[in-house]
Amino acid sequence: MTIAPAPREITTRPRRSDRIFRQVVTVGGLSSLAILGLITAFLGYRGFEILWNEGLSFITGADWTVSYDESNNVVDSNFGLGAMLVGTILCAFVAVVIALPISVAMSLFLNFYAPQWLKKILVTVIDMMAAFPSILFGIWGFLVLMPSAEYWGKLINKYLGWIPFFEVNPYIFTRSPFVAGVVLAIMIIPIITSVSREVFSQAPLDRIQAAYALGATRWAMIKAVVIPHGRSGVIGGAMLGLGRAMGETVAVYTVLNIVFQINWHVLLGAGGNVASLIVLRFGEATPYEIKALMAAGLVLFGLTLLVNALADIIIKRTGKSGK
Amino acid sequence: MSTVKPISPWKATPKDRIRDLLILLATAGATYLLVEFTPLKGKLAYFLLFFALYALATGVLSFLKYGRMTAKDSAVKVIISAGALLTVLPIVSILATIIQKGYKGIKLSIFTNDMSLATPTDPLSNGGLLHAIVGTLLLVSVALVMSVPIGILTALYLTEIKGKFTKPIRFLVQAMSGVPSIVAGLFILSAVIYPITKANSGFMGSLALTILMIPTVARTSEEVLNLIPQDLREAGTALGGTQWRTVAMIVIPAARSGLITAVILGVARIAGETAPLLLLTGGGDRVNGNPFNDPMGSLPFYIWKSFNAGSEEAITRAWAGLLVLVVLVLILFTTARFLSTRKVAR
Repeated sequence: MTIAPAPREITTRPRRSDRIFRQVVTVGGLSSLAILGLITAFLGYRGFEILWNEGLSFITGADWTVSYDESNNVVDSNFGLGAMLVGTILCAFVAVVIALPISVAMSLFLNFYAPQWLKKILVTVIDMMAAFPSILFGIWGFLVLMPSAEYWGKLINKYLGWIPFFEVNPYIFTRSPFVAGVVLAIMIIPIITSVSREVFSQAPLDRIQAAYALGATRWAMIKAVVIPHGRSGVIGGAMLGLGRAMGETVAVYTVLNIVFQINWHVLLGAGGNVASLIVLRFGEATPYEIKALMAAGLVLFGLTLLVNALADIIIKRTGKSGK
Repeated sequence: MSTVKPISPWKATPKDRIRDLLILLATAGATYLLVEFTPLKGKLAYFLLFFALYALATGVLSFLKYGRMTAKDSAVKVIISAGALLTVLPIVSILATIIQKGYKGIKLSIFTNDMSLATPTDPLSNGGLLHAIVGTLLLVSVALVMSVPIGILTALYLTEIKGKFTKPIRFLVQAMSGVPSIVAGLFILSAVIYPITKANSGFMGSLALTILMIPTVARTSEEVLNLIPQDLREAGTALGGTQWRTVAMIVIPAARSGLITAVILGVARIAGETAPLLLLTGGGDRVNGNPFNDPMGSLPFYIWKSFNAGSEEAITRAWAGLLVLVVLVLILFTTARFLSTRKVAR
């Protein structure tokens, strides 16, 4: 006679190894939260004094001056990020305006026009472009693209100069926000293209075929099916590119002529960018000014976080909508 | 009895092809003439005129043959192709420029010397970028050691645990991928250098690079892990494996090549990162094998320094450095591509 083994305990409680595993993974997973929180906390802690002293003029003012007495005490300081913020937005805006149509054309081309072999090559090339270091774009932009971009700027000024936005006075086109915007546009094309390509490729196949079956040409099909489906995704991609363009440092610093003066004229060779300001001033900054740079970093961080969050929300929504 | 021959009326006949070629040549000729004999000048004029004329020509031809809708379709096709070409042009120009300007600065001696006894404006035979290559490799390796576990754990949380933080974490990882690199640098400066070490070193640079690398690794790994069939996990559980054993023995080995791809893409992302290194590493000119002490050089820093020195030799140095950096990034990128095109699950 054999003795039946005691029945095994049936439970949904995880073993100890699993509990440890789940805890370790959860802690690892929460690290992104911790890092973002720490960034906010530390930049806020360092920059608080300046933000408090300057108040709203930190955002609106355009002066960035500190003066010291002989024993290196701060006599007078004036930290205003206004010019840099305007410049950041201007450059990023130019970049998106240039990059968006090109990227949309590229992603439509990849999804609906290119033969399979060409598509493979182009996708690789675009992904490769996204991996290029930003300093490369900066130096290439300064030494190679600048003469052409300057010439394009002059053309725009010649024919559209009556619009205040394109006014140039004094007549200086070198190192303008427009040139920086063109360089940034080339940098963000891969991002917008890959998001749009993804969104367009999710356009419902049955509707595409239905459009063709009703006798639509390729363009009519794209207009009726693909674009309504992908519109908000493309906007999200553009905002992702906008966020990237706003935070770009080295490429802009190399190309742009940084001037502490609010300048809305996109073709004029004077502009700013929060990230480049930090690199520009960091070398010779005193501890007091470093605090101001930290505050500037905090503002930039908040700005890019906001733009990215909006982009994320918009892209997520496309998957569900699309008529 | 005769069999029906299959026909494909949508395919272009030789006659169509000849006609298309003729239109193309005619457009090119017209563009040339217009640029030659009107005030429109320059490369931009060639480019825009050619595509405008080509769109017009094919549009008109389709209109005569089929009607309005087709005319629009063929014109749009030309415009979209022009847009695609515009994307490729800068990249071709960039690659051509790097090779053309960089190869002059590539000598055997630059791989065996550092800049401790030379300045960027010296003749090219003095000094080299050994310290920069060593520095970049060290910075990236240290960042790799820190960011890969965190990135993969985040991806595992999103795909295996699926706890109540899944949505916020996915959102935060996305947000983190948009953190400007200079902000990561400032953060390490304010959180580590000022209160604790009070000195620049390679490790500080690695910390900032870690922050920038985690989101790339996490997002790519998440995509890869999502591709692993659910059946494999269920099979592991059905055989009596705990979740830990299932993930460690089944899911991760199945996703191995994809995870390696994620890591390589992360490395490609940070290898050329410049801004945080300017704030944190100090950029030494001597080969420094210790990431925890003394300033450390790196390729981006070397390029930056040479470029800002401004003389002809210095700029040639910068281009040579860029060539080395881009070759490094491209090797990493191609490896990642190669691994990711292989099947993820075996």
